[in-house]
Amino acid sequence: MKTNAFYGEFGGYYVPQILVPILEQLEDSFLNAINDDSFNQQLNDLLTNFAGRPTPLTLCRNITKNSKTKLYLKREDLLHGGAHKTNQVIGQALLAKRMGKTEIIAETGAGQHGVATALICALLGLKCRIYMGEKDMQRQQQNVFRMELFGAKVISVTTGSKTLKDACNEALRDWVGSYKNSHYLLGTAAGPHPFPMIVKYFQKVISEEIKQQILNIEKRLPDAVIACIGGGSNAIGAFANFIHEKSVKLFGVEAGGESIIGKKNGIVLADKNLNSVENIGIYLGMKTPLMQNDEGQILESHSISAGLDFPAVGPEHAYLSQIGRVKYVGITDKEAVSAFKLLAQKEGIIPALESSHALAYALKLINENPDEEQILVVNLSGRGDKDLHTIRNFEK
Amino acid sequence: MQTNNNNFNNFNRYYNLFQQNKLNNEIAFIPFITLGDPNFELSFKILDTICQSGADALELGFPFSDPLADGPIIQAANNRALNANISVKQCFKLIEMIRSKYPKIAIGLLLYSNLILHSPDFFQQAKNVGIDSLLIADIPIELSSEMLELSTKFQLPLVFIAPPNADSKVLESISKAENLLEVKQRAYTYLLSRSGVTGIDKTAEQPAEFIISELNKFDAPPCVLGFGISKPEHITTAKNSGIKGVISGSAVVKIIQDNLDNESKMLSELSKFIKLMKAATKL
Repeated sequence: MKTNAFYGEFGGYYVPQILVPILEQLEDSFLNAINDDSFNQQLNDLLTNFAGRPTPLTLCRNITKNSKTKLYLKREDLLHGGAHKTNQVIGQALLAKRMGKTEIIAETGAGQHGVATALICALLGLKCRIYMGEKDMQRQQQNVFRMELFGAKVISVTTGSKTLKDACNEALRDWVGSYKNSHYLLGTAAGPHPFPMIVKYFQKVISEEIKQQILNIEKRLPDAVIACIGGGSNAIGAFANFIHEKSVKLFGVEAGGESIIGKKNGIVLADKNLNSVENIGIYLGMKTPLMQNDEGQILESHSISAGLDFPAVGPEHAYLSQIGRVKYVGITDKEAVSAFKLLAQKEGIIPALESSHALAYALKLINENPDEEQILVVNLSGRGDKDLHTIRNFEK
Repeated sequence: MQTNNNNFNNFNRYYNLFQQNKLNNEIAFIPFITLGDPNFELSFKILDTICQSGADALELGFPFSDPLADGPIIQAANNRALNANISVKQCFKLIEMIRSKYPKIAIGLLLYSNLILHSPDFFQQAKNVGIDSLLIADIPIELSSEMLELSTKFQLPLVFIAPPNADSKVLESISKAENLLEVKQRAYTYLLSRSGVTGIDKTAEQPAEFIISELNKFDAPPCVLGFGISKPEHITTAKNSGIKGVISGSAVVKIIQDNLDNESKMLSELSKFIKLMKAATKL
């Protein structure tokens, strides 16, 4: 590899030997592309005129009453496709074309990455197949239909926990056999190098825009940026341009599931000792914190939100946690659902259940310090239309 | 050496095997199974049957929750073993039992790195039960330095996979790594017959002459071919291209899978298959 594959001790490319040259080719193509004006022109054109960037930064009008907080929402829910995922699929799809690949493989949890992949494949004329856990297909039927409308083939994964973890395995297995014609368009800032680096690069537009927008409006940087985290792509995108701004606190919000204590959740960073080998493992090509048993068998995560239902995390987040730059916390299913409903009732926005985790943590910060004059930014990574069914079932 | 007390000359059993095969003008037939599939007791009987039926060596997998290099047949075997609560400790116990009954048969392990990471004295245990080689499916040669240190320390050779898309540089690194131990302690090089995951729906392809000649040039340990080996003719073809052994996994595990409700038929079918395949190595 030409670039460093590790973030501290995390990351790497722990994959079968056959995939190493393929990952090297991807890295080469990426490094070459980002220095190529015509590539950047195509990318920017699609981001602006197809996907709808820049997305607005909305100041909440009602939800912060009784406090001195200004709460801004970065509206990735308004991006074409309904979530931040579209940012990086455009980049990777252009890379795939550059490498002469004609087929795209992807995995999806909530279906948002699948939808984003399917729509860009439709636009660019790439053949697309998407692996999705059987359980996720049931809870996200509408997104399955959307992917199919875009012409993608959705393949039901019935192994293991039948969720995102197993869809990732299947996508990688497919790629090991089909790499000559296919690109694995991995959906989050995780997996083997160079994926975490590439996904961050294409998602960092989120924090570039936040910074510019907040400086225009407030003439200063925010006090904190808050994002939800499953694999970690929206969070790394929202943090990227603030990591070196030490005055800006960064919060990554993991899925607390039924309870943030115990194993009925998706927590791998919050309050975990990352210097202890029992919390670290190798999965999906990376060394990173994992939910696993004593012997290293990887466990199923639990979350009401399919997009956060993942037993690992991208390696850069592990590093940012270890060095203390980002604070990772957990929000339970119940807290996320309350935040979901509150935003709909007070601000006229239905957020994705994933993003509702970030919002719920912001509300906690506000309630803890109602008299503090602070500016908070929540990355509203996606819209919640896909979650209506889940919310209705949760009520029952 | 106490750890090698079952080994008649303290050489790696793979080394002995290839010497013997050469004299007999045959190549090695190496079946693969997942330890503990479908349960502890039957897994021992399966191993016993395979040894009795003429297998030259055993390639054994430790069950793992996320075997990403494996196709549906071996994935299912992993699940059966995990559902039977097979632990790392029980896997070593099975090997110990087979080792005491068959002191000379070469035994290689094929597993995923997370299990080793969470089993602090894995190399020591493997050495104690008389393991002859270790292949870690998700550690490429580029990230193997820690494992190579342990390999040297415990004199337990690592096996690397030479895939069809490897260039000369990678083949040279693999050869060097496998040759860190002295000649008589070395095992083999795993030659991948094709791209993809394990399975029999995609059959073995003729390995590239380039890969074999490069490995020979760098003096790599003997080439053993794996992935998609399910028929005697795959063995004949391999032997003609200078391969010293073949590993057959999914075809063997499929016999287990197809006869889960009939133990005696499972064992007799396994025996028949091993004999058929072994016979082809002598042609």
